[in-house]
Amino acid sequence: MSVHDLSSGLASASLALAEPGASAVHATEATGTAALGWLMIALPLAGAALLLLGGRATDRWGPALATGLSWGSFAVGAAVIAQLLGLPADERSLRVPLWDWVSAGDLSVQAGLLLDPLSLAFVMLITFVGSLIHVYSLGYMEHDPDKRRFFAYLNLFVAAMLILVLADSYLLLFVGWEGVGLASYLLIGFWNHNPAYAAAANKAFIVNRVGDFGLVIAMGLMLANFGALDYATVHGSAGSATPMVLTLIGLALLLGACGKSAQFPLQSWLGDAMAGPTPVSALIHAATMVTAGVYLVARSQAIYDLTPDARVVVAIVGAITLLYGAIVGCAKDDIKKALAASTMSQIGYMMLAVGLGPIGYVYAIFHLLTHGFFKAGMFLGAGSVMHAMNDRVDMRRFGALSKEVRITWLTFAAGWLAIIGFPFTAGWFSKDHIIESAFSAPGWQGWVFGSVTLLGAGITAFYMSRLFFMTFHGKARWHDEAHPHESPLTMTVPMMVLAVGSLVLGAALYPTGILTGWLEPVFGHGEDHEPLIPLLAIQVSVFVLMVLGVGLAWLRYGRDEVPVEAPRGSALTRAARRDLYQDEANDAFFVHPMSTLVRATVDTDRDVVEAGLTGGTVRGVSGLSSYLRRAQNGFVRSYALTMLLGVVAILGAVWVMQ
Amino acid sequence: MNVPWLTTLLVLPLLGALVVALLPRASTAVRPVALGFSVATLAVAVLTATQYSVGSGEQFQLTEIYPWIPQFGVSYALGVDGISLSMILLGLVLVPICILAAWDDVPAEGRRQHTYFALMLSLASMVVGVFAAIDVFLFYVFFEAMLIPVYFLIGMFGGTRRARAATTFLLYSLAGGLVMLVAVIGLYLVGPRGTDGFLVTNLIGLDMPVEVGRWLFVGFFIAFAIKAPMWPLHTWLPLAAEQARPATSVLLVGVLDKVGTYGMIRFCLSFFPEASQWATPVILGLALASMIIGAMLAIGQDDMLRLIAYTSVSHFGFIVMGIFAFTTVTQTGATLYMVNHGFTTAGLFLVAGMLIVRRGSRDIRDFGGWQRVTPVIAGCLLVAGLSGLSLPGLNSFVSEFMVIVGLFQRHSWVGVIAATGVILAAVYILVMYRRIATGPRPDIDVPDMTRREKFVVAPIIAAFLVLGFFPRPVLDLLEPAVQQTLQHVGVTDPAPAIDTATAEGSDR
Repeated sequence: MSVHDLSSGLASASLALAEPGASAVHATEATGTAALGWLMIALPLAGAALLLLGGRATDRWGPALATGLSWGSFAVGAAVIAQLLGLPADERSLRVPLWDWVSAGDLSVQAGLLLDPLSLAFVMLITFVGSLIHVYSLGYMEHDPDKRRFFAYLNLFVAAMLILVLADSYLLLFVGWEGVGLASYLLIGFWNHNPAYAAAANKAFIVNRVGDFGLVIAMGLMLANFGALDYATVHGSAGSATPMVLTLIGLALLLGACGKSAQFPLQSWLGDAMAGPTPVSALIHAATMVTAGVYLVARSQAIYDLTPDARVVVAIVGAITLLYGAIVGCAKDDIKKALAASTMSQIGYMMLAVGLGPIGYVYAIFHLLTHGFFKAGMFLGAGSVMHAMNDRVDMRRFGALSKEVRITWLTFAAGWLAIIGFPFTAGWFSKDHIIESAFSAPGWQGWVFGSVTLLGAGITAFYMSRLFFMTFHGKARWHDEAHPHESPLTMTVPMMVLAVGSLVLGAALYPTGILTGWLEPVFGHGEDHEPLIPLLAIQVSVFVLMVLGVGLAWLRYGRDEVPVEAPRGSALTRAARRDLYQDEANDAFFVHPMSTLVRATVDTDRDVVEAGLTGGTVRGVSGLSSYLRRAQNGFVRSYALTMLLGVVAILGAVWVMQ
Repeated sequence: MNVPWLTTLLVLPLLGALVVALLPRASTAVRPVALGFSVATLAVAVLTATQYSVGSGEQFQLTEIYPWIPQFGVSYALGVDGISLSMILLGLVLVPICILAAWDDVPAEGRRQHTYFALMLSLASMVVGVFAAIDVFLFYVFFEAMLIPVYFLIGMFGGTRRARAATTFLLYSLAGGLVMLVAVIGLYLVGPRGTDGFLVTNLIGLDMPVEVGRWLFVGFFIAFAIKAPMWPLHTWLPLAAEQARPATSVLLVGVLDKVGTYGMIRFCLSFFPEASQWATPVILGLALASMIIGAMLAIGQDDMLRLIAYTSVSHFGFIVMGIFAFTTVTQTGATLYMVNHGFTTAGLFLVAGMLIVRRGSRDIRDFGGWQRVTPVIAGCLLVAGLSGLSLPGLNSFVSEFMVIVGLFQRHSWVGVIAATGVILAAVYILVMYRRIATGPRPDIDVPDMTRREKFVVAPIIAAFLVLGFFPRPVLDLLEPAVQQTLQHVGVTDPAPAIDTATAEGSDR
């Protein structure tokens, strides 16, 4: 059977599945608290503006104000959710029209917000985790002279991220999309007096722009085919478009998603992005912004449901990235870079899940939420460790820190248990369901995606345990130069809250049916498919692989002595340390050819076009021009006058000849 | 009451130039008087704009038509549509900003300061004239006459290579002007002639042989492509921008060069619809080349002002693409881009100028770490740069986006290639910012942004934001004029592939 047959078979299957789905829900205009939904964005935006324009006058109270405004957004979001809960499930989709933004010809976009279960799930994650990280930063950034600027950027990020998820059109989403990119750029380069950090910031923005190129193309195709960019029209009429158009739109959107979510082949910026202060890594480069790609695909489900071809590519990208990140994660000795690799890998899981279509959407969002908690918690823990160890990040110089920083150790352990999928932690619920869904995919996909997710789970258990043991257990590989100390309460309390979430969020949201019920109006009731192998077999395999991964890590990094200098390692280890040569590949294929081209263009411009054309002209009238130079005044005026007289003379001649 | 609004706008800055030039030698009032006249002109311009009615069916409003040289069919005819009015407003907003930015450019010795500001004011007058002329010959006169103040602004007040820069600028412009002159005369001959044979309204929809139309089109187009400037006729620009004072460059690149793209719309498209469509493939190719090559050249520059000039070559590529894609979306986007680019360029040139004055060098290699030296100036450079790379929420985004996505309605592949511009722009802006502002703090102690400089930058940044989030009033001003032009060309917008009104599930 050819791939084409497979996918057309898939199309009919997914059509049937999509029937009770989201596009049936029509947004009505918001009233009550929901009509004030724009406040969620306005509060942090005002904070950013005030702190940036207010200058040093706001140094003293600015950070606290920014933190308060972020909590304010959370409160408004919670109030909107409360209002939505009072409505029947199929009416939980409210529009908040804002203003007429762009209008010319066929392009007419009203800026407006869409408050529905999907966007509000993100609002909760962004504002809750975001506000906790604001609090944490009060402690972490306490002694930084530019603290105010830092909090201004954090608020800017929260505002932009909320625009991204609350927009009711692709165009407004794009404002948030690039807005978070800007905030990310500013925060990665926060300490850009270090040239390497400035370069990392540029890399992040430029690689993201490659993704945005895809998003712009997607919007061009939407305008040409649907004459609109708002979700309601585009999704509502997706069914009338040709499969070719839908596939192209799906792939172009995926390119955008790859940029923002650091998915293969646009993953190279994320590791370098760890140059930013650690709270930034936790909030932007782990919990929220990097999941925007998953949001984009989930939001565009009306398109992806109709284009199985594009969806398979989404799942393949997710599968590649989840292995890629896992392999890289095994080799990194920098605690933040190891966590960054793991973020890539976990988002790969989510991307794979949304690529599975209706059977995967809910679990992708579920894993996104739990990951937001446990990964942010671990990043904050890493920040706390760095705080204790004079900003050192090399895990080979850690070890035995469990006794020194007790709270950090315990909270980190919660995140570690969640990410390796220890039974009944948050990560166990969400990741296992993705693995089960992957095994439920039809045909070859079930086997391939199922095996990849299963293998990934084992590797995850290994490298996360490696990280955990190298940092907190084994022998102390630091000496008297470091004086480990526990962080202040402003930092540890947010860590504790996130740790609790890492442990109980899964049990609170899934078995109770809260999450599936909440998201049902958006994703429909995705019937559970029968996996290729029995559920129990999958669950047992996952558990066994996890135990093997943890055990192996314990033997090598807990029990055995960890060398302070990294051993040479196998070829694969060496490749993984260098991120599987992603930078070398990018340099060879893009950066160097581009530089050569730029050089050649500049030389050509100077030698041929300028020197030849201009120089020739100038030399050709050299007598004239040297005369011009000597007698700047008068002559040119008379030249212009001569020209005018010439015109009159010619016209006169014409007139006479008539 | 029939107020000659446009003539007033034309005369007032000229009068100001005269007053400034005639002030006593030792007068300290030169700058305040110049600023006063420019602000007064702006105030009149705002009043003028309130007289304009967006919904009117007339192509030109506020018209003043008097016979000038009836023997040759030349009239003194002024009038505006949405496009020319927006250009005049842009110019007259930027003039006071530039005068304020140029405050300390020229020391008050002798009469040089008098000359400098008098020339800037006369430039304001030329801006009004060239965009308000609705007589082709009168347009031509302004088209040539505006070279004079620019020539002296560069040649007398520019950098060390100012003579060469001014000469190159003049030769290129005159060459273009001569070609256009031939076309202007040719156009008159194929037109209805008579005492008002040069009136734009009398030259639209002429019946002329295909070959003649194409030749005349080419004549006009070359002149406008030099002015715009399009690759490969762009090389006068980097040199001029590098040698001119930043304030001069703003008026030259941000406003006067728009005569090129404006002329394409007003003359090439309206007078020669057949030839416009005939030339479209070549022109779209050249526009793409301008966009990409301009961006590459910007990436490779070490001179701040040259770099900014090349970004303009790239942006003009987008504008020309939008014009020649012949859809309401792209052309409204292109004309909006003409407005936005004025502000973006002003931001980039003027903030760069603030850095150059402090460092005494235009060479980017002499900078580094300036975010720690002058944080406010560096921040403003970044904001202007973000406008230049079309960050959503800032002005340029709306227009660039309209051009790119609009292209998909007719020329998908051109749209795809044009979209690479978003990547290239990020490279040239962010690399520039990294080299200038990031890195370890250099051992330099200079003051950060002064109060005067804040007054220069604040209105520009305000314009970025207002045009980014609320472009509607400007779009509403531009769209009718664009539709009029498209009607002259005889094209209608392609319908969306899917009729969303009848498509299932649509709830619009």
